[in-house]
Amino acid sequence: MGMVRESQFHVLAVDDSLFDRKMIERLLQKSSCQVTTVDSGSKALEFLGLRESNDPNALETHQQEVEINLIITDYCMPGMTGYDLLKKVKESAAFRSIPVVIMSSENVPARISRCLEEGAEEFFLKPVKLADLTKLKPHMMKTKLKKEGEKPAEEENTILKPEESAVIEILPLHQELELEQQEPMLSSNKRKAMEEVISAGRSRPKYNDITTSV
Amino acid sequence: MELGQMQKSLQDYTKSLFVEGILDSQFLQLPQLQDESNSDFVSQVVSLFFQDSDRILNDLSLSLDQKVVDFEKVDPYVHQLKGSSSSIGAQRVKNACVVFRSFCEQKNVEACHRCLQQVKQEYYLVKNRLETLFKLEQQIVASGGMISAMDLGF
Repeated sequence: MGMVRESQFHVLAVDDSLFDRKMIERLLQKSSCQVTTVDSGSKALEFLGLRESNDPNALETHQQEVEINLIITDYCMPGMTGYDLLKKVKESAAFRSIPVVIMSSENVPARISRCLEEGAEEFFLKPVKLADLTKLKPHMMKTKLKKEGEKPAEEENTILKPEESAVIEILPLHQELELEQQEPMLSSNKRKAMEEVISAGRSRPKYNDITTSV
Repeated sequence: MELGQMQKSLQDYTKSLFVEGILDSQFLQLPQLQDESNSDFVSQVVSLFFQDSDRILNDLSLSLDQKVVDFEKVDPYVHQLKGSSSSIGAQRVKNACVVFRSFCEQKNVEACHRCLQQVKQEYYLVKNRLETLFKLEQQIVASGGMISAMDLGF
């Protein structure tokens, strides 16, 4: 039963619009995630324990109290954009392994490529739907698996859990990223097609119906 | 009116909103987010939309009435309204915002005034219809009936 607690993912959601925060919070809760919402990139960094100066010493003293498994952020925000936030996270040694997802109401191919190139795992067009959030799980599982991999071997059976063993299937993510970048894109039809390519790769049927020899 | 009739009325009324393009399928996402622990989600989020929109439309009127219109201010308002109306499924409001934004880009004050009127019109329309929708639901619940997401979907 301790496992149930362990496997609840904690997502940090960033959006300057109250309305959008309410929506994404509910969407994430409905997808069984614990959610913290903040209204700006700088607040997100504060929450993570990252200081603007990127002073490595500061990072060490601010050990993450709360484990964040994913950051989902709006692109268009005053001050620090979602892209700026993405960069800061990826530039930080302590936090670069946290998957980042960007949301935007605007379908701008150059923007999408730029975010993906900078290391965003997904780019969601708003309005975000419940179905979109199923794509998040593989990314969050990776961080859990990593953490558990770092623990001593007595942490029995975590590696043997069916869903987690499926994560290994998803590693060719890198190849998929290259595939996306080749696609010039993006009318909304193409974008949907692109999403299908990503989903087809990232959430292969096997992931969902593991009968599994574990 | 007996319960069955009321439920039929609700279904028909809801359907008409889709047929007229006032709402789009995004609206059907909302009941999926409602459950026992968040039993009021749809009405909460719709109320939030109304509050937000009232404020934005007010700010937009003020901004467009300035001697020199600051489009750097106007555009983000329209962008936000476009976003929230899109998330709610208020299709016509969203579409009106899209047109509005293109005139913002052109810095066409006259056209923006017209756009604002158009957005307001569409907004008051959807607001009115949704308020009626919720009233119908309340009547059903008050009569001991239940509303399910199925009543809204088809």
